[in-house]
Amino acid sequence: MIYDCLIIGAGVTGSAVARELSRYKDFNVGVLEKGEDVCSGTSKANSAIVHAGFDAAEGSLMAKMNVEGNEMMDELCRDLDIPFKRNGSMVVCIHKEELDGLKDLYNRGVANGVKDLKILTKEECLELEPNLSDNVEGALLAPTGGIICPFLLNIAMAENANVNGVDFRFNTEVEALKRDDKGIWHIRTNNGEYLTKNIVNAAGVYADEFHNMVSDTKIHITPRRGDYCLLDHEMGDFVSHTIFPQPTKLGKGVLVSPTVHGNLIVGPTAIDIEDKDATATTADGINDLMEKAGMHVRDLPIRRKVITSFAGLRAHEDHHEFIIDWVDEAPGFFDCAGIESPGLTSSPAIGRKVGNMFKEKLGLVEKTDWISKRKGIVETKNLSIEERNELIKKNPAYGNIICRCESITEGEILDAIHRPLGARSLDGVKRRVRAGMGRCQAGFCSPKTMEILNRELGIPMEEITKSGGRSNIVLERTKGGRD
Amino acid sequence: MEKYDIVIVGGGPAGLAAAISARKSGIEKILILERDHELGGILNQCIHNGFGLHTFKEELTGPEYAYRFMQQVFDEKIEYKLNTMVMDISAERIVTAMNREEGMFQIEAGAIILAMGCRERPRGALNIPGYRPAGIFSAGTAQRLVNIEGYMPGREVVILGSGDIGLIMARRMTLEGAKVKVVAELMPYSGGLKRNIVQCLDDFGIPLKLSHTVVDIEGAEHLSAVTIAEVGKDGKPIKGTEERYTCDTLLLSCGLIPENELSRSAGVEMNPVTNGPVVNESLETSIPGVFACGNVLHVHDLVDFVSQEAGLAGENAAAFVKNGCKDLSDEKGIDIVATEGARYTVPTTVNVDRMNDLLTVRFRVGAVFQDSYVSVYFNDERVMHTKKKIMAPGEMEQVILKKDKLKSFDGLNKITVKIEHE
Repeated sequence: MIYDCLIIGAGVTGSAVARELSRYKDFNVGVLEKGEDVCSGTSKANSAIVHAGFDAAEGSLMAKMNVEGNEMMDELCRDLDIPFKRNGSMVVCIHKEELDGLKDLYNRGVANGVKDLKILTKEECLELEPNLSDNVEGALLAPTGGIICPFLLNIAMAENANVNGVDFRFNTEVEALKRDDKGIWHIRTNNGEYLTKNIVNAAGVYADEFHNMVSDTKIHITPRRGDYCLLDHEMGDFVSHTIFPQPTKLGKGVLVSPTVHGNLIVGPTAIDIEDKDATATTADGINDLMEKAGMHVRDLPIRRKVITSFAGLRAHEDHHEFIIDWVDEAPGFFDCAGIESPGLTSSPAIGRKVGNMFKEKLGLVEKTDWISKRKGIVETKNLSIEERNELIKKNPAYGNIICRCESITEGEILDAIHRPLGARSLDGVKRRVRAGMGRCQAGFCSPKTMEILNRELGIPMEEITKSGGRSNIVLERTKGGRD
Repeated sequence: MEKYDIVIVGGGPAGLAAAISARKSGIEKILILERDHELGGILNQCIHNGFGLHTFKEELTGPEYAYRFMQQVFDEKIEYKLNTMVMDISAERIVTAMNREEGMFQIEAGAIILAMGCRERPRGALNIPGYRPAGIFSAGTAQRLVNIEGYMPGREVVILGSGDIGLIMARRMTLEGAKVKVVAELMPYSGGLKRNIVQCLDDFGIPLKLSHTVVDIEGAEHLSAVTIAEVGKDGKPIKGTEERYTCDTLLLSCGLIPENELSRSAGVEMNPVTNGPVVNESLETSIPGVFACGNVLHVHDLVDFVSQEAGLAGENAAAFVKNGCKDLSDEKGIDIVATEGARYTVPTTVNVDRMNDLLTVRFRVGAVFQDSYVSVYFNDERVMHTKKKIMAPGEMEQVILKKDKLKSFDGLNKITVKIEHE
């Protein structure tokens, strides 16, 4: 079979594009993902922020996508039934001589079309955020800034694309691309060859490699590592806005922000590296993070309240700009490259832009029966006793708590496993329903979740993984445990 | 709403002993709420022996020790619900719980005994840099996988932290055919019992490296190696001391944290040193009628002391119920202060009118002390001075206060426990 379009990468960009392309009639779309699940690369480790859009350079595609993506987020999150909160962002200035920088940001934001920006005095800052450092001199307030769950945004868009007919192939790593004389692309993977008329390159930090396979106009992407610390729920209301320092050349700096699930996130660092898989944190990175976070807020007890630290890689293209276009010399090949921050925010706008460009070029016609909405997994901890009991009466699994830290029931885990593009690993479950995401970090629930995966999917215990590949949890039966 | 005289949250060793003691004190309507599918708590996965030397004068395994108490619960026909998670406790002593059969339900409790136990400190809280692959477990999770589920996490093991569960698992994994290469401990002393160092490490030739920590974790998907390094007096790794160990399993035994989410949301006052509730001589928390015992109160070294402590909590909860769900006296009592080497005490106050003839005050020391003295002061007067050959943070210490001594001491307003060199 020949696909009309194959997307490389099931991250947030690939999934947004997949969802938009699923709108069209008689247009066969697939996604090739080397991980065992969606949201396995760059998309899974970031600040979880919906940026307002004052940061990107005036007139850039990045700025346009950011502001458009931000504006799309309310409706999209309603349609996809995922949490989103406009908590507002504050860029905090702690040096009097840098106050002009806030004004520059303000002007850039206005030029980019960011609404309701305001410059705050020291007093206004401290009134809004009493835990800001005493050194605060002023801040730029962007009420349109928000927080979101990056996993759920990615997963929900992919699920919705799948329901609308997009085929997802996991554990499928693209090795080579070739276009034959009939104009058909041959994609060689570890799982055989795929044929397609069009390709969307949404490969995150690897997007340069695929682009450079088909084009002489080379691009270069640097993995820019960001270390993060996630703090206990106890710290979730330490600040209510997302607190940024003033931006530097290397990025937007170390932010302190509540998450949409009630934790506090601190990060990222910005360290350029070579290895595109090097998501290891370093002691220097974490120390740097703690020092920088402490400059803008007061007495943040990171060391005592951290529940996990992790690192993500931004796909930093040399010109710090999104590349979203057809590649002229490779007909049918479309780049979504250099999608670094604000990529998460921009993803819905990128998806829409790609969809429109495909529609225009290929003369696509929209389906009349396209399904725009998705019902999310019920979050039982937000239900009243009556609502819970109604649910438990229908399905007793909703009365059985598996993850005690996050109060996640067996019913929620079953839904995560059995819905379209369901979870098949511990991390897959975690990213969909947060089981194992709490303060004990899966110490108690991982054996139970393994049993559920074993029972529901028939995966032998020895083959259950943390996140696919060789990440098996257990090796073999014990001596006494052997049959 | 259903009513019980005493609701006990947790059916592990603390909850079981508290229930039995409350029944023996004459309370009829007692309910134990247990989240697991059987009573006994963490003891069910502790299949090694060494339990019960104090209580039964014999060496039992964890499940055997638990069963001795379970048998009494069955004999006394004390009610319990399994697979039931307590979701909330209110200051008005309303307990909200949930299970598959009954859904979410509420119970009005005359008194509540908190006996939820503790959890392990996870990797994330330790700030160990490196990758986050599969193959890293807290020691108790590995213990469950091996002893309950019957699966081996791996064959080549490094253990960080010398807490008792880590030591026990070093031996357990060795007996199952794994190679335990090293146990690294950040502190200059072990966090576990001396007897476990001897029986679980020394007897198997497993090296214990004090003042060492893990500085790197390798393996993108599955753990492939860890690097450990010596740490200086400042607790920071010393450059040049790194040693790399190939391994497929890293077990963490770096401290236990009392599980007080329910206590906190009920508004119980907490002790920042123990991470458990502040309690008086009756093991009653800052909320009248809410008692605490076992590892939820402070982390114990031996289960025998958990049972003893829980017995006292059960007795006092019974007294509270019999007094019409009121305390016998509203007076806070005399402060018990830990200082100079003693990290904390449980309890932290004693009301002489409410105490039994003898009151055991338990505490831990903050460092290793040799040939030193445990001293107790009434106001500024030293009233107890007991020499101990060795005291270490891994082992719990105690002093026993006598009611008549407290009563006869004029103007007593502060009791101090400290460690003195002479």
